[in-house]
Formats: sequence, C-alpha cells, structure tokens
Amino acid sequence: MKIFSEIGSYLILLKNVFHLPENPRLYRKKVLFELRVLSLDSLPIIAVISIFVGAAIVIQLAANLSNPIYPRWITGFSSREGIMLEFAPTMINLVLAGKIGSHIASEIGTMRITEQIDALDVMGVNSASYLILPKIIACVLFSPVVIVVSIFLALTGGWLAGTLTGVISSYDFIDGLQLDYTNKSLIISLVKGLVYSFIISSIPAYRGYTVKGGALEVGRSSTKAVVESCITLIVANLIITNLLL
Amino acid sequence: MIEIKKLYKSFGDKTVLNNINAVFETGKTNLTIGRSGSGKTVLMKTMVGLETINSGQILFDGKDMVSMSKKERHLLRESIGMVFQNGALFDSMNVADNVRFPLRMFTNMTAGEMDKRVDFCLDRVNLGNVHTFTTSELSGGMRKRVAIARAIVTNPKYLFCDEPNSGLDPQTSILIDNLIKEITEEYNITTVVNTHDMNSVMGIGEHIIFIHQGNLWWEGTRNEITNTTNQELNDFMFNNELTKLLKASVLEKTVK
Repeated sequence: MKIFSEIGSYLILLKNVFHLPENPRLYRKKVLFELRVLSLDSLPIIAVISIFVGAAIVIQLAANLSNPIYPRWITGFSSREGIMLEFAPTMINLVLAGKIGSHIASEIGTMRITEQIDALDVMGVNSASYLILPKIIACVLFSPVVIVVSIFLALTGGWLAGTLTGVISSYDFIDGLQLDYTNKSLIISLVKGLVYSFIISSIPAYRGYTVKGGALEVGRSSTKAVVESCITLIVANLIITNLLL
Repeated sequence: MIEIKKLYKSFGDKTVLNNINAVFETGKTNLTIGRSGSGKTVLMKTMVGLETINSGQILFDGKDMVSMSKKERHLLRESIGMVFQNGALFDSMNVADNVRFPLRMFTNMTAGEMDKRVDFCLDRVNLGNVHTFTTSELSGGMRKRVAIARAIVTNPKYLFCDEPNSGLDPQTSILIDNLIKEITEEYNITTVVNTHDMNSVMGIGEHIIFIHQGNLWWEGTRNEITNTTNQELNDFMFNNELTKLLKASVLEKTVK
C-alpha cells in the first residue's frame, strides 16, 4: 500500500511543480544556472564513459563475430545499433542518475531540513515549482545534447579502438555504421533520453522535497533517490523498447 | 491584529494544540512562551500557513486565513515576514541577494530601487557592510539579523519570529530583542515571537501567552508574570537561582 501512497504523493508534487511561475524572469535565470550545474558539468564524465565503453563494445563484438560466416560489416552495424538504442540513452542516464540524482536530492533535502523551503512557502513562493521545475527543464532540454554527444563519442572511441588494435578495418567498421541507416534509431534514442532525464530529475527532487529529519535522513533519501531512479529507468526502458521497436 | 479562535491541531491521535484562543495586537511585541514540545512552534506554523489545522479560525485583521481562497492566501503570505530559528537563509545566495529575493520575486522594482531598499534594510539591522558575504561567513547573530532584514524588506504587516535568540550569547540576544521591538513600533506591525528566553520575556514581552501541553495556560504582560500564582508558569519561568533571585527582587520592589 505504501508504494501507492508514494506514487500519489509524487504525482501531487508534480502537479504543484507544473504551475505558472510567480516571476518567469527569475525562473529563466534559474534554468540557465541549472543547465550549467546539472548538465554542462556532466559532459566530462559522459565523454569519458562514452569513449571507453564504445571502445570496449567494438572490441568485444569484433572478437565475438570473428567467424567468417558473419559479414565483415556486422561489427560496425551492431555497435551502431547497440550504442544508439541502449548505451547512449540508457547507460548514460543510469550514470547521470547517480551524479545528478544525488545532487538534486541532497540539495533540496538540505534546504528542507534547514527550513529554507519553509521560508520560501511563507513568502508565498511556490517552492515546489521554484526549486524543481528549473531542474527538470534543464535536464530535459539538455538530454538531446547528451544523447548525440554520447553516440558520437562512443562510435568514435569504438572506431579508434577497433582500428588501432587491428580487430576490424576502418573501412568495414564505417561500412557497417552506414548500412541501412534510418533516423528511426536516433529518434527512439532521443525519446528515451527525454523520458529518462525526466525520471532522473523528478524522482530525486521528490525524495529531497519530502525528506524529514536531519543530515542522516538527507543521505538516506539521496541513496533512495538514486536507487529508485535507476529501477524506474530500467522498467521504462523495457516499456519504451517494446512500444517503439 | 491576529486573532485565534478555538484552534485545534493534532498529529494523528496526538493533540498538539487544544482550543487555543488568543489575540495578538498590532504595534505590540506578542510573545508565545512554553517548554520545548509544548506546541508553540506548531502554533506559529499554523498561523503562517505551514501547517493545516483541524478546526478553528485564524483571523488576520478580521479575515479568516483558513477559509481564504488560494489567491487571497497568496496575497496574505506576501504581507507576512518570518524569522526562522536558524535564519533559514538561502545558501546559494550572498547576503544582499537573500534580502533582495522577495523584492525580485514579488515586486516590479528596478535594480536601483531594489539596491536602495536592501541597503536600507541591512543598515536597519546594523549590517551595512556584509552585502557580499556568503551565509557561511556569518556568525549566529548576523544570520538572525540578515533574516530580520529579509523579513522586513517587503514592509510586512505581520512579523513572526521563531526563537530568534536561540543559540546566541546574552548580549546578542538583547540586541536582537531590541531590534524586533524597535521594528514593531517603527512600522506598526503585528509581531509574534516564540521564545523560552527569560531575558526576552522581561525585556520585550508586552503581551505574553504561555502554552503548556498544547493548552493556553496563562496570558498577561511582563509586569504580571512575576506576580503570577500559576504553578506551571512559575516552574517554567523561575527554574534557576538567577531567575528566582530576580523574581524576589522584583517582588521586594513592588512591596516597597
């Protein structure tokens, strides 16, 4: 029963979040601030993970598909589909769930226990909207950038690793990348990214906003936020994959 | 003026406020005193709308907050200033931005007008030179004064202070008390202060209510408090050697 009560509270909070802002100018500034803190600052870790995991995927696939019965383009083709459909949207957002999720939950949670949220409420500010909406907008707006950057770097990392280690020729890899390419995979990837970025920003915000107690509870809610975001993301991934493919 | 009528508040089965009736007059420093856990913070939170009540009325200049529309309540909240126990300053902003925040949110003032108002309020709390300080650079007393400056920046009609001198040394406590009293009289606002500080009671308590186990146990002025025969209030107020001596000396003077 508790899970239904939690989902209900989460939906009520979202109703308050999507509310007309008291001062749109101030919200715009806050969105720009959150874009820097939550999104731009995440680019280095996205870049590192994308390059190295992309490289590992290509080496692994090339090794597994070395049998001559497989066409030579299969490694490039499989790498492209795997990276575009699963790695870039799902794996990267799982990583971001840890980085961004814990940041959001602990920031809002600390504001809650130090009465800063109460101070906003007493002033007449819709604290849920003021604190959470800019974070969600920043994450969702930046999501396509994250996906495209991650795909590009993962494929580049794969191409570099494959050609430098000699497991696949540059021609075969690029041939595989271009084979039967349509924008469908990219669109699915972007749609997944938008949904996941909403999940990894709104669930931690809910956990932080509803925290009660002291510093210990903020830490616990932060951990809870990351775990719940990851599980929700994985379940959403299964549903979207089934619906869109 | 704020009037509370037949106010009940409970958390689950536990009644926290039981049939509270009180009047907090304009231009006076109204004190709510009581032991920790007596219900005074809950009472203040219900008055500012942070907690819902089970039944009763909270009248702000005759208008019941409980039955107000969302818009009316929003407007009322803009006329409320509150000083929280630990200041509740926004960590992400410096001192000036903390004070400027309500102006940016709710007024159409120009940047110059806002700067002037922020300067005035910070000067008023004797903090004219800390505009660019971060909140972590402030001492406890300074945090409270910045919180007061932020609370009065929009010219509120009602000022609520939740234990404004907790954790402060006696001298700073007196400074904060005097500031609250001066601001109350200067701007003719309705001020409600939660405290369990004896100095505050004797220094600024023009109208005092004593909450005990969720009930309004006693009501009066600072002059009446020393003569009270109310056992629970006596136990609360005069519980150490210093306060006992103080009471004896006041009574002696009265007899003379």
